[in-house]
Amino acid sequence: MGNKLNENDARLYGWEHPDDIREFRLKNKSMLKKDKRTTLPEAVKRGVKEGAYVAFGGMGSVRSSVAAVHEVIRQKIGDLTVAAKGNQYDWQLLASAGNVTKAEVAYGFADEIRGLSRPLRAAAESGRLKVLSETTNAGFQWRLTAASKGLSFYPTKSALGTDTSGYSGAKTITDPFTGEPIELLPACFPDVAFIHVHRADKYGNCQIDGNIATDFELAHAAKFVLITAEEIVDHEIIQQAPELTKIPYFVVDAVVEVPYGCHPNQLPRAYSFDEDHWREWLDASLTDEGVEKYFEEYVYGTEDHFEYLEKIGGLKVINELEKIEHRQTPYPKVARRQG
Amino acid sequence: MPTQVEKMIVAASRLLPKDTAVYVGTGMPLLASALALNTHAPDLLLVYEGGGVGGKPAGRLPIQVSESLTYDDGVIVGSMDYVMSLAQAGWIQYGFLGGAQIDKYGNLNTTVIGDWDKPKIRLPGSGGGADIASFCDRNIILMQQDKRKFVEELDFLTSPGYLTGKGAREEAGLPRNSGPYRVITQLGVYGFDEETKEMTLLQLFEGVTLEDVQEHSSFPIRISDDWTYVAAPEEDELATLRGLDPDGVVLG
Repeated sequence: MGNKLNENDARLYGWEHPDDIREFRLKNKSMLKKDKRTTLPEAVKRGVKEGAYVAFGGMGSVRSSVAAVHEVIRQKIGDLTVAAKGNQYDWQLLASAGNVTKAEVAYGFADEIRGLSRPLRAAAESGRLKVLSETTNAGFQWRLTAASKGLSFYPTKSALGTDTSGYSGAKTITDPFTGEPIELLPACFPDVAFIHVHRADKYGNCQIDGNIATDFELAHAAKFVLITAEEIVDHEIIQQAPELTKIPYFVVDAVVEVPYGCHPNQLPRAYSFDEDHWREWLDASLTDEGVEKYFEEYVYGTEDHFEYLEKIGGLKVINELEKIEHRQTPYPKVARRQG
Repeated sequence: MPTQVEKMIVAASRLLPKDTAVYVGTGMPLLASALALNTHAPDLLLVYEGGGVGGKPAGRLPIQVSESLTYDDGVIVGSMDYVMSLAQAGWIQYGFLGGAQIDKYGNLNTTVIGDWDKPKIRLPGSGGGADIASFCDRNIILMQQDKRKFVEELDFLTSPGYLTGKGAREEAGLPRNSGPYRVITQLGVYGFDEETKEMTLLQLFEGVTLEDVQEHSSFPIRISDDWTYVAAPEEDELATLRGLDPDGVVLG
């Protein structure tokens, strides 16, 4: 038992004393309603430092912060640690580009039915990408929950007795009420959270349609919260229906308007997955040369997200993806990894 | 003629009662749950990790557990905190799991083949697998069976089955009366012995022999004294199943 506790101490990442975070917030966050609109290059430059611990909003390949990921790749900010907490396309793209050297993994090397990610597997198997620890999807959710509640841990009955728990930063103690073992998940305070939303006002109040995955807790846990929004709306829109606000302005550090900012992924109720583009990426990702070419074409070869959108087919494609999501056009053939 | 995958999905679907909730992932679990929803269990509550509850997918199958189709025609859409809390609190009795390796106690590996530090093959990780394996009362494991997958010792214990045998889950602190319920492979349907918690063959698919079962496992498999054959899929079950996956995303 003693050894195990020491081992798990060695796997403690993203954890800080909650009182230190209170002091951090006092210095760095404010209730003043400031205009936080900026450009994506500026927001990324200001918020994302070499070696930072970063996390993404949305889940799987839904409501992903793709435009922000592209900008991090363009700025070549490296040695990042990622909270791979069930996100797929976003962190896999960033890691395929070589910007990520470490990850804590709940779910990380596949895209559900599309298959395993060849570049990420190769990175992990060759040692270029070091897996720091394992956890579960609920584990990461509740690490962020602890952080958002100002607590150093969150208790759970998940994964007790497994290697997943043994290779995590969690500790198992005796529950003082039941007298039975209980697992304590360490709080996780990411340096940066990238979250893509449907609507935000200039102060950073955000509306999200559909499921919110872990975004409420993530936004309250992270030190720098970078919001990309499909649309910046008047503050009155927020005030008229505060019950629709999923992230309040005071936790947010930067707001950037990026229409279609999660292409080629789904933005629920707005636009669907772009299966053609997915197929292109999956095919490209089969070889290192393909990956390199993909980034040359779509990321380094584009100035910003508007240029990227032109490259993927422009308004014609976007319009089609909106129709698919609104069930006005049948869903196309699902792209799957070959080989 | 039904395919192996179709037979497995129909068998899984029949295990789902009409008055329960099931934690589903994309692929075969989703198809089995959707089949139950469209046959004997119209009120079966499908719950997805992304936060969707009670969705009734139509037209196609969700390809992601957090896409909007998972809560179309649903009852509530929340967060991962909400749905994982539902499971931990015991609202979701059934769950589906898969894996690259399984041992005789139903423990699963979805993390690495080889050493964790220097993996031969890096797999996805737990995802919600270890959560579902920990929280749900009756987990159904769907996987292909061969000697490399049915192993004496896992390379990594990602998700808990009965750990080291009877009483081990309780001792570890996992919820009372939870654990794996059935394992369905291309060869048959397995349960877990009441006394030892070891995997035990309950049913064979037509055309499969008891020898096939042993030949496709690295550990000896116990055989139930009153094993039977799985009843073949009905015509209407197959028609409904194929209609749910018109593009062959899962059925091929």
